Amino acid sequence: MILSATAGHPGFLSPTGVEIAFLLVGLATFGAAVVTVTTKQLVHAALWLVVALGGIAVEYLLLTAEFIAWVQVLIYVGSVVVLLLFGLMLTRAPIGRSPDADSGNRWMALGASVPAAGALVWVVVDAFRTTWIDLDGPAQGSTKASGEFLFRNWVLPFEALSVLLLAALVGAIVLSRKDRPDRSDGRTAGQVRPDTRARRTGPDRTERPAADREDNS
Amino acid sequence: MHLAYPAVLAVLLFCTGLYGVLARRNAILVLMSVELMLNAVNLNLVAFDVWLRDALHGGQALTLFTIAIAAAEIGIGLAIVLAVYRNRGSSDIDSLRDTAETDDAETLPDEVDADAVRDTTADQATAPAGKAKKAEATA
Repeated sequence: MILSATAGHPGFLSPTGVEIAFLLVGLATFGAAVVTVTTKQLVHAALWLVVALGGIAVEYLLLTAEFIAWVQVLIYVGSVVVLLLFGLMLTRAPIGRSPDADSGNRWMALGASVPAAGALVWVVVDAFRTTWIDLDGPAQGSTKASGEFLFRNWVLPFEALSVLLLAALVGAIVLSRKDRPDRSDGRTAGQVRPDTRARRTGPDRTERPAADREDNS
Repeated sequence: MHLAYPAVLAVLLFCTGLYGVLARRNAILVLMSVELMLNAVNLNLVAFDVWLRDALHGGQALTLFTIAIAAAEIGIGLAIVLAVYRNRGSSDIDSLRDTAETDDAETLPDEVDADAVRDTTADQATAPAGKAKKAEATA
């Protein structure tokens, strides 16, 4: 794993232990990501997303960014996937296979993403053909190093980020409140357009009973 | 380690997320694909930061900030999806076409009552087309 471009390395690739581990974990991560975007079962997609995000955490560990790896495990695997599962549960997602998980423009999406992947892989491999990461020396992403650069050089963005998180918290609460205080005012003030529109477009939807339930409650 | 490994993995994950965003119908699955794209960018940032050995470690700091912003984004996104589900009874983003520029959506808000009958007929006319598209998607 001690490789430098100046040493006149004979091969294009250099299969050392870290690289082999990175390759295997990367294959598992990519496979889990592909299953996440192609599976027909919505809950399984969230669970495969756990595998993909955990694989990325292992890649961070292999790149000696330990702190980010554990932050990834805590935030993504611990909270984001749980939030997604709660979202699936609250929108009454079907448990079994749902045949309409994929949109009608699936082939167009495939035609957009596969050439993009091919072009980007070609460009990246061509650009970094002779570049090696030197993973020796002290770990660059240990908790000590992360604390030093975060609270020495990046304090102001860090504090601004706390304001953003507070705004996101307030916004999520405001968006997800069930009884808006201005709803009764809006109905008496003659703003009936959203309601009429919902009723007009209602009958051609299959989820009309759910909308009815919401209106009655 | 060769720098091409994390870069290629990030490219593949990003394009997988791109496919998911374009091809998925459920809004929560679209959010999952967005998470995949964000993680691909994070992997790129960490790899290039470790490669460059920057004194400021801008890549790792930006990765931490991106993770926090992604957490905020998923919270707001799920709140929006739940609000849409409460109002419409569906989280199917293909059926939320109220702002689409179709012919029957070009009526002004004032002439809703006058055009209600014509619009219902138009909706009934377009409903079989949507069903046919859905059947085509499931096939």
